[in-house]
Amino acid sequence: MNALVLTILTLSVLGAILAVILYFVAQRFKVEEDPRIDDVEKMLPGANCGGCGFAGCRSMSEALVKMDDISSLYCPVAGAQTMVSIASYLGKSAAEKGPMVATMRCGGSCDKRPKVNSYDGARSCAVVNSLYTGESACAYGCLGYGDCAAACQFGAIVINPNTGLVEIDADKCTACGACVKACPKALIEMRKKWPKNRAIYVACRSKSRGAVVMKACKAGCIGCGKCAKVCPFGAISMEGNLAYIDAEKCKLCRKCVNECPTGAIRIVNMEPLPKEPKSVENKAAESKA
Amino acid sequence: MRTFPIGGIHPSDNKKWSKDKAIEVMALPDEVAIPMIQHIGAPATPIVAKGDKVLTGQIIAQATGFVSANIHSPISGVVKAIDEFANGEGLYRQMIVIKREGDEWVESIDRSTELKRECKLSPADIISKIKDAGIVGMGGATFPTHVKLTVPDGQKAEILIINGVECEPYLTSDYRTMLERGEELLTGVEILMRALNVERAVIGVENNKPDAVAHLNDLIAKGNYRGIEVMALKTRYPQGGEKQLIAAVTGRQVPPPPALPISVGAVVCNASTSVAVYEAVQKNKPLIERVVTITGKQLKDTHNFLLRFGTPIKSVLDAAGGLPEGDVKVLNGGPMMGRSVVNLDAPVMKGCSGITVLSGCEASRGKELACIKCAKCVSACPMGLEPYLISKLSLRQLWDRAEEHKIMECIECGCCSYTCPSNLPLLDYIRIGKQTVMGNIRARAMKK
Repeated sequence: MNALVLTILTLSVLGAILAVILYFVAQRFKVEEDPRIDDVEKMLPGANCGGCGFAGCRSMSEALVKMDDISSLYCPVAGAQTMVSIASYLGKSAAEKGPMVATMRCGGSCDKRPKVNSYDGARSCAVVNSLYTGESACAYGCLGYGDCAAACQFGAIVINPNTGLVEIDADKCTACGACVKACPKALIEMRKKWPKNRAIYVACRSKSRGAVVMKACKAGCIGCGKCAKVCPFGAISMEGNLAYIDAEKCKLCRKCVNECPTGAIRIVNMEPLPKEPKSVENKAAESKA
Repeated sequence: MRTFPIGGIHPSDNKKWSKDKAIEVMALPDEVAIPMIQHIGAPATPIVAKGDKVLTGQIIAQATGFVSANIHSPISGVVKAIDEFANGEGLYRQMIVIKREGDEWVESIDRSTELKRECKLSPADIISKIKDAGIVGMGGATFPTHVKLTVPDGQKAEILIINGVECEPYLTSDYRTMLERGEELLTGVEILMRALNVERAVIGVENNKPDAVAHLNDLIAKGNYRGIEVMALKTRYPQGGEKQLIAAVTGRQVPPPPALPISVGAVVCNASTSVAVYEAVQKNKPLIERVVTITGKQLKDTHNFLLRFGTPIKSVLDAAGGLPEGDVKVLNGGPMMGRSVVNLDAPVMKGCSGITVLSGCEASRGKELACIKCAKCVSACPMGLEPYLISKLSLRQLWDRAEEHKIMECIECGCCSYTCPSNLPLLDYIRIGKQTVMGNIRARAMKK
């Protein structure tokens, strides 16, 4: 019993002495830090995803407090509103940016883009890309081993086993850009996020000639240029054999969708243009089948 | 018997399938596709246009810069297209397509078969002739030979090593070349010695080819080739690697990059390259054809073909009785270093020493298991690296640490993946790491 009391006493006294020493040491060697850094860090989402270009939210908030001009800094996860409130708290002006969402631009699902060989090496898009084109004949399409899904910290990316393609959940996506960097085929693009997660984009990145695309994939852009001609807003440009829709200019009128002979222009959360007798896309699909 | 000091493996050499097949000249292809990148370095620039008539041996693409190589037409005919076509890996690369009409050669090319030994050209002239002929290392790495022979200021070549090792399983093209074109090879070695101004040349041959060693020794004694010796080396993969061969022959170790083999006074050339050098210098014949082994256990017929570049791989396989039934893996090269071909319309190129056909079950990989830290890969690595570690660092994208652990020293021989009891694709990840680290090193150099 005696030993127990003695032990408790000794440790308590020792603890008290050390506490006093530590208190004075802390006073003496205190590091002066701007208290706003802590406040800003609390306002940031704390995802530590690196989407802003810094190692984590702490370094981002340090930069926000220290830099005079913060217009180059942007947290894609927090979004524009939070950036504005952080800027007003710091008495600075924030960059104006609309919400963005990651978009995977390949429509070559298993049924549209047949396998021409089989691969049994390391399950990684980067490895496959360093070796050859991948299991389909398209040199530009999604490989489907999920490097982007592994890079996503928000669980927004899944591989659909039925299509073999990557699917991005627009609600979970924070536009941090990790997947854009992870994709060796450069298929993922940050595009403007419309209300109700609507989207329209060319789901193909193949720069090959039309005949080559047709042979490899039934959903590819063959570079016919019909969509660019029909677009009333000049939002569609042709780069070689590939159409590209500029999301900033696009007004979601969907005229291009019905023009596309292969259905490479994809619309999300929208109906195709009404009052058309039958869309050209369906006809093309039927005649092929 | 000598060999390199560390690591290495001894896979079954499987040379028996094609080693006794004499070199046959394959029928001329009707149409060839000539890629503008068949070598390490910058792609060549086409100097012909669609519709032009070209002769066999005529230059059709010029080297772009110093580390690049000229490309010549392997057949005579009309240029049908200059566009991007899929190569063996399915990637689109610029190619010149030529449709054959007859077989007319450029006049300056000496097509006689008689041996022409005397060479009085100066080293600079020899190198310029080699450069004009578009010769690249034919062992597979396809490094432009004229660059190799241009010794940097302040360094001196002491020894020329001819790589007749052919350590890659299955392949026999160098072996047949040594047996059937030995005199041309030795004359080529003499020319290379003259170009480098060295007194000594060693032809390294593995001891699984004793007849090649005996044959070359015979020819050297008969033809009085001075300063050339044949060295039999203990069979071990990857003895044909440049650094491994230098270590085996001279006992010297090439320092880590950016040091080149010349820093230990050695220049290494492939045996087939040496024959090509002979033809270029003595016969004015550019590099338009090579010996290619077509082999595989399932093939009806194996061959050692002398064929023109640009011949579609498919027609070569057809000449060997076509593909066997079932799933097969077609390799451009041998099973260790070769790359799989997914597009059989792709052409044979300068670096293709063989086409190996493996059946699906021979080629399939085992199920990946966890690394058990047995360090078999460490014992097998001929560069003294720790493959399990650098592959993991690559997988975790810790590029700086991978660089510290000398990932750039890796020669991609595949000994680690071959030896791994857990079937881990070690080399696949290391290769990714090498590419990224190389990019980082370049970016740093640009900043400076």
